[in-house]
Amino acid sequence: MDIFLQQILNGLVLGSIYALIALGYTMVYGIMGLINFAHGEVVMFGAMVTITVISLLTSAGVTLPGPVLVLIGLLVAIPACMLLGFVIERVAYRPLRNAPKLAPLITAIGLSIVLQQAAILIWGRNYIPFPPILDHETIDVFGATITQLQVGIVVLCISLMAGLLVVVEKTKLGRAMRATSQNPAVAGLMGVNVNTIISATFVIGSALGAIAGVMVATNYDQAHYYMGFMIGLKAFTAAVLGGIGNLGGAVAGGILLGIIESLGAGYIGDLTGGFLGSHYQDIFAFMVLIAVLIFRPSGLLGEKMADRA
Amino acid sequence: MAEVLLKIEGIHKRFGGLHALNNVALHINKGEIYGLIGPNGAGKTTMFNVLTGLYTPDEGTFTFDGKDLFRAPPHIVVAGGIARTFQNIRLFHEMTALENVMVGRHIRSKAGALGAILRTKAAREEEAAIEAKAWELLKYVGIDDVAHERARNLSYGHQRRLEIARALATEPKLLALDEPAAGMNPKETEDLKTLMEKIRNDGVTVLLIEHDVKLMMGLCDRIAVLDYGKKIAEGVPEVVRKDPKVIEAYLGAAHS
Repeated sequence: MDIFLQQILNGLVLGSIYALIALGYTMVYGIMGLINFAHGEVVMFGAMVTITVISLLTSAGVTLPGPVLVLIGLLVAIPACMLLGFVIERVAYRPLRNAPKLAPLITAIGLSIVLQQAAILIWGRNYIPFPPILDHETIDVFGATITQLQVGIVVLCISLMAGLLVVVEKTKLGRAMRATSQNPAVAGLMGVNVNTIISATFVIGSALGAIAGVMVATNYDQAHYYMGFMIGLKAFTAAVLGGIGNLGGAVAGGILLGIIESLGAGYIGDLTGGFLGSHYQDIFAFMVLIAVLIFRPSGLLGEKMADRA
Repeated sequence: MAEVLLKIEGIHKRFGGLHALNNVALHINKGEIYGLIGPNGAGKTTMFNVLTGLYTPDEGTFTFDGKDLFRAPPHIVVAGGIARTFQNIRLFHEMTALENVMVGRHIRSKAGALGAILRTKAAREEEAAIEAKAWELLKYVGIDDVAHERARNLSYGHQRRLEIARALATEPKLLALDEPAAGMNPKETEDLKTLMEKIRNDGVTVLLIEHDVKLMMGLCDRIAVLDYGKKIAEGVPEVVRKDPKVIEAYLGAAHS
């Protein structure tokens, strides 16, 4: 029974990170109908920049508590990723705004490869360990354990997601974003600057992605130029599972996917009589993706796509 | 005499081989209800789209309220004071009626994105002002009781009114309505007529495209008639309705 609880807790941590990244996919899709496959690489850059900043500080002899160092790293990584997101939209997607849907999709995949190669040039091909500045003190929950760090990750994810929902539902910016997603032409007629709104969407999604990247790196204690690919694909799955274009759906889909994956990893050995081990956990995410695409393509919370008059 | 608000001259618009507007001139006076009629395919909607910046005319002049709006993009036209509604209603369907009108205030408000996120005092005050104005406009068109309904759930007549409220939120000097009575029953049409007169009496000039000739004759101060991309008549309704060219355009050639 404690395996079950343990895997639920692990899944919750993993799932809230998926959810944070999935929001980046779903926001961009909601506003311009584009799957930004380069979003995973923004997540990777967030992790890499933070590690670099922390390493520079510690090698310069700065002694600060671990969480403060991480915070400083984030304060560099978040604006860096926001800028990256802004440039991605401006350079790669905006010129293709009125092109057939396939063109920006291929561009997105190409861009993702370009960014991976850029990361190799900057950080090399090796796994980069997260500096050992955070202690992993555990808390006991009915026989299962969770680290304080993981509790922090979940709390931060939930606060960020709640904050985003408030921005989208309650502010002028959010109203303009929703108007743009429902009818860009008419939103433009009402004085909404559609280009600014699209930029803002990329920038906000990238900021969340940067934070998620750091969470991934601290949770697995390492970062890698290729890390964005798999985590991005899973977050995309989460967005599809929840109903792409739907913010609440991305959150629900992310958490659900994290839990499904963790439970799958925990029990796959027993289920297959030891034939498959827990390193096959990735297959669950993609089984979920295939099942959703076959049985409920609009996702759990997805409605029929709004018509774009 | 009456002050000219909108003046276009020598407007041409071609789509490939189709000469949709052929040397059309119109002037709309401040404070009037001006009607644009014509048989199907006469170029009414093309004219309308030229006036609201959705189409760029090939030739001509376009001045509005002292500003040159020739080939100006739609948001500049809206900022200049021309707001429109659409023949096929185009609301933000997943947003509430109130939010739809609040979006209309965008063009007259200035707090930036950052202010909205940080919830600065200025941004919060502006937001409150936007909401108050939106309520006022919903009351004005008589649908404040459904303010929190999603636009898609409103009745057809209410959607029309909401679109008018959203257009009014941009504080237009000229409100352009594209077939607002289409699909309405006689009662709704009568209510709409009252609303348009109220809007005019409150100082907004109204431009109307409509198939319902009877409605137009009773409502408009002046009417222009388009046929095959040309203006064939313009003037007060009593004169226009007796114009042989107008009768011919609507009923076919006179029986000798």
